Amino acid sequence: MGEIERTTIPDETIDKGRRFDLQRLLTMASLVILIVFFMTYGHFARGLNLPSFSVNVLESAYYIGFLAIGVTFIIITGGIDLSMGTVMMCGALVGGAAFNLWGFPMWLSLVLIIVITTLFGLLNGFLVAKLKLPPFIATLGTMMIAQGLGATLAKVQTQRFPTMADDGGWFKQVFLRTAGGFPVGIFWLAGFFLLALFLLNKTKFGKYTFAIGSNMEAARLSGINTQKWLTLIYTASGIFYGFAGILYAATFTTVLPMGGSGLELQGIAAVVIGGTSLVGGVGSLSGTMIGVFIMATLKVGLMAVGIPQQLQTLLIGVVVVLAVLLDIYRQNAAARVK
Amino acid sequence: MSEVIVSMKGIQKKFPGVHALDNAEIELKRGEVHGLIGENGAGKSTLMKVLAGIYGKDDGTVLIKGREVEYKTPIDALEDGVCMIHQELNLLPHLTVADNIYIGREPKRGLVLDKKKLLEDTKNLLQSLNLDLDPTITVNKLSVARQQMVEIAKALTYHSDVLIMDEPTAALTASEIKELFKFIGDLKNKGVAIVYISHRLEELKQITDEVTVMRDGQYVDTVVTADTELSQIISMMVGRTIYEKPKAKSSVPEGSPTVLKVENLSSRDVHNVSFELKKGEILGLAGLMGAGRTETARLIFGADPKESGEIFVGGEEAKIKSPIDAVNRGIGYLSEDRKAFGLAVGLSVADNAVMASLEDFVKAGIVREDKIAESAKEVALKIDIKTPSLKQKVRNLSGGNQQKVVIAKWLIRNCDILIFDEPTRGIDVGAKSEIYKLMNQLVKEGKSIIMISSELPELLRMSDRVIVMNEGYKTGEVNIEDATQENIMEYATAKVN
Repeated sequence: MGEIERTTIPDETIDKGRRFDLQRLLTMASLVILIVFFMTYGHFARGLNLPSFSVNVLESAYYIGFLAIGVTFIIITGGIDLSMGTVMMCGALVGGAAFNLWGFPMWLSLVLIIVITTLFGLLNGFLVAKLKLPPFIATLGTMMIAQGLGATLAKVQTQRFPTMADDGGWFKQVFLRTAGGFPVGIFWLAGFFLLALFLLNKTKFGKYTFAIGSNMEAARLSGINTQKWLTLIYTASGIFYGFAGILYAATFTTVLPMGGSGLELQGIAAVVIGGTSLVGGVGSLSGTMIGVFIMATLKVGLMAVGIPQQLQTLLIGVVVVLAVLLDIYRQNAAARVK
Repeated sequence: MSEVIVSMKGIQKKFPGVHALDNAEIELKRGEVHGLIGENGAGKSTLMKVLAGIYGKDDGTVLIKGREVEYKTPIDALEDGVCMIHQELNLLPHLTVADNIYIGREPKRGLVLDKKKLLEDTKNLLQSLNLDLDPTITVNKLSVARQQMVEIAKALTYHSDVLIMDEPTAALTASEIKELFKFIGDLKNKGVAIVYISHRLEELKQITDEVTVMRDGQYVDTVVTADTELSQIISMMVGRTIYEKPKAKSSVPEGSPTVLKVENLSSRDVHNVSFELKKGEILGLAGLMGAGRTETARLIFGADPKESGEIFVGGEEAKIKSPIDAVNRGIGYLSEDRKAFGLAVGLSVADNAVMASLEDFVKAGIVREDKIAESAKEVALKIDIKTPSLKQKVRNLSGGNQQKVVIAKWLIRNCDILIFDEPTRGIDVGAKSEIYKLMNQLVKEGKSIIMISSELPELLRMSDRVIVMNEGYKTGEVNIEDATQENIMEYATAKVN
């Protein structure tokens, strides 16, 4: 039996595996950057006060946050969703059209937003899981479908949601800011973040999300109904996009037809900055939230220091590329350890 | 006696953990077809890859036309006239025959491609080879045999006089094989030396002049085909000394019930396979590469769709359409490629161990990590998985321990029928004997195992009964009392149809 004793794993391999936790390191680094930015912002933006700056950051974090939380699940499965920006807009547009054109009450219009985005999630899931389309192609298609459908249903008109004082303006007080000005949206984002955290880490749904992303074929050969779960994951993400749509409408009041493309990259960037790998199998929602606030701070910060719109777009593009490069670097590093 | 064109002697080659070639040798003469045969892993392909410059050698000498050579790349070998035709052809399917043959060396006039000359050259070449092929047809419209001939024609434009063919007939029909053999005969008359690697003894008998037999990376002997019986070749292939004693008799209790019955199972790669598995039995599934063993296992497990056939579990028909059905019937499958099909290596030992039975650990919608840890720990102790913690990523475990994690997955799922596909591939000797011990322990507890293995000594040591497959057909079945390496190998190379 002396032979067998020696088959234990050599200690070095284990150590390497443990030492290698770049994801956590990067998340921490991002957090530090975020804090430094807030502490030194006065330097750049003289004359802006911190509370209003923070509220602005918060309010642009809402919809990106919901998008990013939703797509985190998809990215952990090794998939991608390019449709989230236009799907969210499509929901918001149709909700606006329902309220303005079709005479729906506000509550029903809001429900409609979620129904629309959830159906798009289901469609994505069907295309990817059942018809086996590559997620990139499938969601590129639904991205355009959503854009066209939203604009059509809204009769290519800008949809204006009611302001606080208007009839139906209650939804802003519920979702965005109380009459006293308290940013109540943070509770919605935090609440859904906790819900997603629970889903991802404490339920079968989350376990299968990781299993599918780590090795879909091994999951299937373990008797897991991967088609069903993958469809569910895409559908669930659609629900999150719906809330993103509501928060978007509450924050910006007007929703333009044919908008929303480009937002998907901000969402994906937030997820990748947060340490979720585009290859799948690894990811964390806390990381995603940090990524979301980095993106939001960047957007608002650039605006606050007076950088023109076109340069903002340029800089955010650079951040997206860097985030993806970082992910590739991470994968290579992980492969070396393997 | 014709001129010796290639002489390899004392070739050594080690890969991490495997001594692939140990004192291998071969000698090729001009104008002969030289068969190279051995079991899976005997080192045939490795030896030829050394000759063709694909692998470097650790030691030994290679003489080409009397000159010692040391190839660094396949191009070096090609320039010396040595060319290997692989099982997977290296053709560009959407280009024409002419384009494929002269790719990278197209005749040009200035900067412009000289299409006329290209076509003419190709025509002349094909004519000189007696090949009736249209040079302008795209390669994907040709049969596999014809594609092979295009590849060979391409090789000959490099003035190759040593041609290595690795299992050239594996994907061919009977009439295509005939066509290929005629072509090989023509080449032989032109003075080309051809190495013919194949599992098909009948073909070797038909086409080769001499046969070199290899076993476990070593040279066994070279014989003149015409003077040798097939049975002699078989005993040379398997004639190793067996260190582990084969099982003397079946350890299945008398009157043990049938737990799995497979009837006329068929798919693209599997033809009318039927067998039974008894409770507490280890059923060995023997065969050479491409015999259809893994394919059969995957059909039983529902991993691939079957065309026809029935599966009975515990006496009642089981409609198995997907792995979900198989797992629900208590069938677990341990794949030959555990990293691709068995494990999520980026996840923890515990997560992998409960992957097939997560439902059992959910209470009120919440996954109970404490129960998972409990269960995983229990099994890990039972089958002795060596890991510093259950949270360790499977990627960081040794091969033997990874294999045990897959076994743990099926044990936690309470599977009673286990299909072990090459369970000891790529793991070291110590871990191997642990897996054997574990398998014996499992059948003692009333589980039943189908064991696919390419190592005959292992099969003889573990199995209570062995069934043998070749080219998708079941060609034999022997009780362990009567099983020898020779009779199993005879079945494994038996002519089908």
